[in-house]
Formats: sequence, structure tokens, C-alpha cells
Amino acid sequence: MSDVRIRAENLSKKYMISVNKDDGSGSLAERLNDAAKSLVRLRSPFGKQNLVKEELWPVKNVSFEIRTGEVVGIIGRNGAGKSTLLKILSRITDPTSGRAQIFGRIGTLLEVGTGFHPELTGRDNIYLSGIILGMKKAEISRKFDEIVEFAGIDKFIDTPVKRYSSGMYVRLAFAVGAHLEPEILIVDEVLAVGDSQFQKKCLDKMEDIGEHGRTVLFVSHNLQAITRLCKRVICLDNGKVIADGPANQVVSTCMSVGAPSRGFKEWTDLSTAPGDDVARLRAVRVKTIDGRIADVIDIRQTFAIEFEIEVLQPGWVLTPKIELYSDTRECIFESFDLDPDWRRRPRPVGRYVSRGWIPGNLLSERAHVMNARCVSIDPYRVMFKVQDVLGFRVVDSPTGDSARGDFMGDMLGLVRPMLKWTTEFVPRQEGANIKRGAAGTVS
Amino acid sequence: MAENMRQMNIEGPDEAVEHSSRLLHQTVIEPSKRLFYLNLRGIWECRELLFFLAWRDLKARYAQTTIGFAWAIVQPLAMMLVFTVVFSNFAKLPSDGVPYPLFVYAALLPWGYFSKSLDRSSFSIVVESNLISKVYFPRIIVPISATFVGLVDFAIAFLLLLMMMAFYGVMPSWEALFIPMFLLLIVMISLAVSLWLAALFVRFRDIGAAMPLVTQMWMFATPVVYPASLVPEQWRWLYYLNPLVGVIEGFRWALLKAPPPGLERIAVTVVFVIGLLLLGMSYFNRMERKFVDVI
Repeated sequence: MSDVRIRAENLSKKYMISVNKDDGSGSLAERLNDAAKSLVRLRSPFGKQNLVKEELWPVKNVSFEIRTGEVVGIIGRNGAGKSTLLKILSRITDPTSGRAQIFGRIGTLLEVGTGFHPELTGRDNIYLSGIILGMKKAEISRKFDEIVEFAGIDKFIDTPVKRYSSGMYVRLAFAVGAHLEPEILIVDEVLAVGDSQFQKKCLDKMEDIGEHGRTVLFVSHNLQAITRLCKRVICLDNGKVIADGPANQVVSTCMSVGAPSRGFKEWTDLSTAPGDDVARLRAVRVKTIDGRIADVIDIRQTFAIEFEIEVLQPGWVLTPKIELYSDTRECIFESFDLDPDWRRRPRPVGRYVSRGWIPGNLLSERAHVMNARCVSIDPYRVMFKVQDVLGFRVVDSPTGDSARGDFMGDMLGLVRPMLKWTTEFVPRQEGANIKRGAAGTVS
Repeated sequence: MAENMRQMNIEGPDEAVEHSSRLLHQTVIEPSKRLFYLNLRGIWECRELLFFLAWRDLKARYAQTTIGFAWAIVQPLAMMLVFTVVFSNFAKLPSDGVPYPLFVYAALLPWGYFSKSLDRSSFSIVVESNLISKVYFPRIIVPISATFVGLVDFAIAFLLLLMMMAFYGVMPSWEALFIPMFLLLIVMISLAVSLWLAALFVRFRDIGAAMPLVTQMWMFATPVVYPASLVPEQWRWLYYLNPLVGVIEGFRWALLKAPPPGLERIAVTVVFVIGLLLLGMSYFNRMERKFVDVI
């Protein structure tokens, strides 16, 4: 069990970015141009005084150990260094300092369809891509039928892939990758493709790979996939490891980094407010039932999301919309404004305040993030879309009148509805009921 | 009972893995410091990839053409006709006693192979930038496979050469046994030059603009349209610094019984080419881990 597959010690990667764009990689002409420009500005043409070099560390001092059979997720915001880290571990790029040891054969899936060539047939591409990803020809021949079946494209196997629909292409490409069987598999964001049914198939396949004692390192923005597949998650921010531990814990702490916690957002200057020449967003607020702005909401209470919209151009049927996400960035629901007064009616110029009422005992105990959007459905047009505009936390109280009843532990789930439970008491009788009970335990 | 089962299930494969891990090959990732590194083992392990990349290029290249592989013949044939008219009929260049079309065609094969390989391989890393930024394999596989692709064209064009020899009544004799040696030599020269250019081109795109000019000049510095005997005696030493001179003379000698290239010249060429190739491989391998950052 204690057998290390990947050991990273202080891995770092540095890029030099210089404001002058002179990093020694420009063409000769670019360099001469720069020199000429400096001459015009009466500076020494080859001097260094106007070079401002900046260091950029996409990965800095990253250390961790991954053992046999572990399936580890790597999360972090865009630009946190996830992909660079994977590229270092898969030897695509060199670290600037530090060291990693890898024990076993590595397979890398950083892209769907690595090595695919559009002119070649599905059959040819299975071999080509498989070999590029590190399989042996004999291995591919052995798994060929399985790959074709997984992709579900047997009829088109001898058609050039440029004639495939994008769905077919992605299925075939993923099927090849999914049949890689290295001891260590490094996967970057390739599950975010295909239809949901195929995605599920891919997830199952990945789960399978993990269960077969292989080590998997997995980057995805799909946190549901991460928490489902990985017991352990490493979170990167600015190139550093900021959390490493049990998946659920890291996902919720890491993802709330940078998430706003504010009950309102207002734009006083109309010209910079989100929107276009039809409508602009003046304000969004979380309001309790007694009209206070809040960023903490009692789980039992009904509360409102309030939009204040300035309509600048008459004649448009506008539909405000709430998009509510959990702190783990899973969408809980989307809701359109269905107010019958304005639903199909063009709005005159003026200011509108719309409230979407969210019932009590619907959301669960956690932080929530909201996007505000306003669209016209026909013709379709997005007036504004503001991401993460609000953040609020729903809290529960142990008073016994919420959905948790008298239970005091952690509860799972994105929603926590208070269901109506009914219980019938069936008085004890001889014969029939005992038999039914017995049948129940057998099955 | 159920718990026992589960434990066994967990322990079973783990034990197996632990045993095998002692035999696992280990990869160390760190900033590379090696100055001289050929990575012959890495190339050998990727021989299937080498083959498949070449196969892909061939298949894709001719997938949409109508006459397909016949293009491999059209080009040297057309050049031969033009050169025969210009240099033999108009300029009256000598040809070592061999019919001029045959004389020039026998040189156009190795020359064409060389110049096309240079073209393909120098750009190969940049052309495959998408691939090399997504998966690791020894990058040297890419220019090597690009050099191998040309061998197919060479083989096809060679068949035409045999037909032409039959037409002109030139019969090959024991010298023809040396053809594989000269072929190996031209492959090595192409590869050596290509590796340098491919690695440099990633960084200095100027090479792309200079290439057509350089290859054209190189052709006239090589006895393709004229015999080497035309070069004045006192400049021969300089002339023979061009490794292609010996090879092309060698081809003509082995096939057409033209005057043989001096043995010591060939020896110098071989040593020079091996040196250039080893240094090229090492330089390329040293640069390869920076490619992705620079492309």
C-alpha cells in the first residue's frame, strides 16, 4: 500500500515574460525592428535599459506523493497551474527546478483525439492515435473491437474521420484514450466532451481504471466528476498547492476561495452597468421576507433575489433569469421571470424591480453563488450576464423544525426539501403479513 | 465473511503491484543538464511510432491526389527534361561519357531525396506542434520519420531509373552493390542537416525564409547538372567539403560506371557525416524539452 508512484519535490516552472517582447525568441527582423525603434527614440539600439523582464511562475514549489491505486483530482481556477503541472509530469515540458520521480509507465490524455488525422479512416486513426499515446500495435489489435464498440461507430470505421460528425469524432477519440492501460494515467479535462450519456460512459470507464489499481491524476472543471472519481484532491492556486486532502473537503474550501460573499451589488453609474442599449442592470440583491438585504439566510425562510433593471429602449420582451450554483459550482437551478404581467409584454422605458422568491426549505446548508442574466427569448438576445454577482450562505438551526429534524450531523445533497412524510400504522395480524415480511428479507 | 472477502479483494492486486513495482522502470523528471545525449534507447522503444508517423504522412499526402504515387516520378522526370534541354543541348555540359538524361536523373534521385527531406524535416517540429504539446515521445522521432518518408518516393523514382538504364543499354555490374551504402550515406546526411535545422527553426523562423535559397545554391554546389571533374583542381578541396559531392559521384559510379569518387574522399565524408549526425542528435535532444515553451 505504501508504494509511491509519483513523487514530486519542489517542482517549479518559470517563464520569462518581457514587456518589450524581446525574450530572445523573436525573429531576426523583430529584433532589428526593435533596435530601429529604439534608435528613433534616441536610445541605445541594443541596450538593455528598456527591457523589463518579468518572471512568471505557473508552478512553484509543488510537492506531493501519489501512491499506487490512488485517483487524485487536481483543481484550481484557470491559470492556477494545473495544466502546466500535468505537462511537467508527462514530460512534455521541462521543470525549471525541482524534481519528480515516476515509477511505472505513464499514459497522457491531455486532449481528445491526440494524433488524429482528418484524412485517415477511423481504423487508421485508432492505430495512429493509440501508438502516439503509447500503446503497442499488438495491444491495439487486441483491443480494436472493444474500442470500436465503445465508440459505437462500427459502420463508419472505414470512413475518413473528416466526414464524422463531431459527436462521432469525440467518441472515437475518447474510446482510444480510454483503452490506454498504463500504470499511471494523466488526464486533463477530456471528459468535458460529448453528450451526457457518453460522458457518463466515460466516467464509468475512468472509475473502472481507478478500481483496477492503476494510479490516475485527473484535472477537470467538472467538480461532480472529480468528487465522484477521486478520494483525494489537490487544489492549486497561483502555482502553489493550497489544499491537499479528502475530496469533498478540498473541493468546498478551495472553490469558495474567491467566491463573493455579498448580499447585494449595485451600479450607480448607468454607463458602466452591465447590459446593452436595451437594458442595463442597476442592482441585484438578496432580500429577506421583511425586506432586509442579507448574505446569510435561514434555511426555513422564504427569501427573494431582486433585480433592478433600467430599460433604455422600448419594445422588448425581457426575461430576467437567476442561475444559482453551489459552492462546488454545481448548478442547482435556473429560473426565468414568469410574472404574468410582463411575461409576453414589451416593456416601456423605465425602471423595473423584479423579485424571484425562493421558498424556504429548498436549498441546503452551504455557500451559494448566483449569476444574473437578462434575455429576450424571441428574437433571442442576451442583454446582460453577470457571473458570480452575489454570494450568500444558507444556514440551518438545530431547533428541530427544519428538514434535518433532530439529526445533528452533516447532511448531503444540494437541496434539502422538507418532504411530506406519511406513515401508516398497520396493526399486527396473523398469517399474511408475516409471510410478506419474510419474502422481503429474502429478496 | 463478507468483510474477509473484501479484504482479500483489496490485498490481492495490491500485493501483485508491490512485487512488480520493484521491476518498474523509473522516470526522473528534472531540469536536464546532459550535454551529450543520443537517447538511442528512447528511439528504439518508439520504433512503431516512427513507422506510423511516416505511414500517416504517406497515406495522408496521397489521399486526395488523383495520380497518387506517380507524383514521385513526375517531379524528377520533369527536372530531368528541363536540365537536359538547358544544360546538355544549350550549354553543352559534359557528362562523363554517360547519356546526359541518365547522368542527371541518377543525381536528381539522391539530390531530390535530400532537398525534400530537408524541407519536410526542418519544418516538422513546428508542423507537429499540436502533437508535441499534448503527448511525450522522443521528439527526434518526428524529423527522423520525415526523413524516412522520402525513401518511398526514392524507391519509386528508382524504378524509373532502372527502366531508363535498360532503354539506354547501361547494365549495372558489381559496383551496384554499393548503392545501399550510398543510400545510407545520403539518409544520414539528410538527417544530420535536418536535425540541426529542425531544432533551430523552432526558435529562429528566419530559417524558413532562407531555406529555398540555400537549397537552390546547394544544388549548384553539388555535381547534379555537371560532373565534378569540371571543378578546377585547386578548388577541389573546398568543393569536397560538401558531403553530397562524394555521395552523388558515388551513385553515378555505382549505377552508370562514371569515374569513381576517391576512396579517401568518401572516407572523409563518412567521418564528417557521422560527426555531424551525432552532434545534431545531441543538440536536438538538448533542445527538445524547450520546444513546447518556445513554439
